[in-house]
Amino acid sequence: MASTTVTAAKTTDRSDALRAAGIALILGLGLIFLTGFAYPEVIHNAAHDTRHSLSFPCH
Amino acid sequence: MLSRILSVGLLAGLVAGLLIAALQQVTTTPLILAAETYEKPVEVSAAPKAPHSHHGTEAHSHGDGWKPADGLPRFFFTAVTTVATAIGVAFVLIAIMVFAGVPIDEGRALAWAIAGFVACGLAPAAGLAPELPGAASGDVVGRQLWWVGTAIATAVGLWGFLRAGHHPAVRLGAIVLLLAPHFIGAPHAHEFESKVPAEIAAQFTALSLVVQALLWTLVGVGIGMLWPKFAPKTAG
Repeated sequence: MASTTVTAAKTTDRSDALRAAGIALILGLGLIFLTGFAYPEVIHNAAHDTRHSLSFPCH
Repeated sequence: MLSRILSVGLLAGLVAGLLIAALQQVTTTPLILAAETYEKPVEVSAAPKAPHSHHGTEAHSHGDGWKPADGLPRFFFTAVTTVATAIGVAFVLIAIMVFAGVPIDEGRALAWAIAGFVACGLAPAAGLAPELPGAASGDVVGRQLWWVGTAIATAVGLWGFLRAGHHPAVRLGAIVLLLAPHFIGAPHAHEFESKVPAEIAAQFTALSLVVQALLWTLVGVGIGMLWPKFAPKTAG
């Protein structure tokens, strides 16, 4: 009985962790896309030196 | 869990990003500024061209739009975008480690961060050497696609080789995945245009890889140190 509860709790923990990781992944990739890849000129110019310095493809 | 990931990612990214921004100021940025003095004469003659070219060149042109003024504003925006990149890297690194189900400690976070650098820094650099402004290069969209594809193929290949069991077929597949982007080849310009002395360009390429390696390393160390400190309080 106790072990079933523990297993159930672990499963909930795991799915909770996976959901949180999914959100973090999307946020992280979004940030990297904005600073490293996005085209609008304002973003490009603000991030220009960072893109070159961190070897993202720039012009 | 989400607040733990976000807190650790924000803090580790902020600290690593600020340190790297300071480092850029004395390593890569002076070289970019030096390169721009060679780029400018070309830019002046190219500027009045109608902005009606295809998407690729338009995307990376230095138009008349806003850009941070040289000096403090430029440093500020570079620092902000470097910190944002570092936070993004931290989020992605933690997320992938959580997906993989590995415990996050200093040693493992550092190892995964180094693997991240191999995937996003070293492997793409083998096809697209980090370049200074003004260097001749192929269409930016094509290069970005190759860069992203190479990073993903290398990451999956490393994972397959190191973690997906030790079956020879899996390992062979992983090696194919690691090599494939380099056989396909990165898009390149067909002629050389840069007027920047090769010494400056070479120095920049090496420095930019070092800066990127340090960014990943610092993010990894930061995550490894902070993760245990944000452990949820066990109830009861």
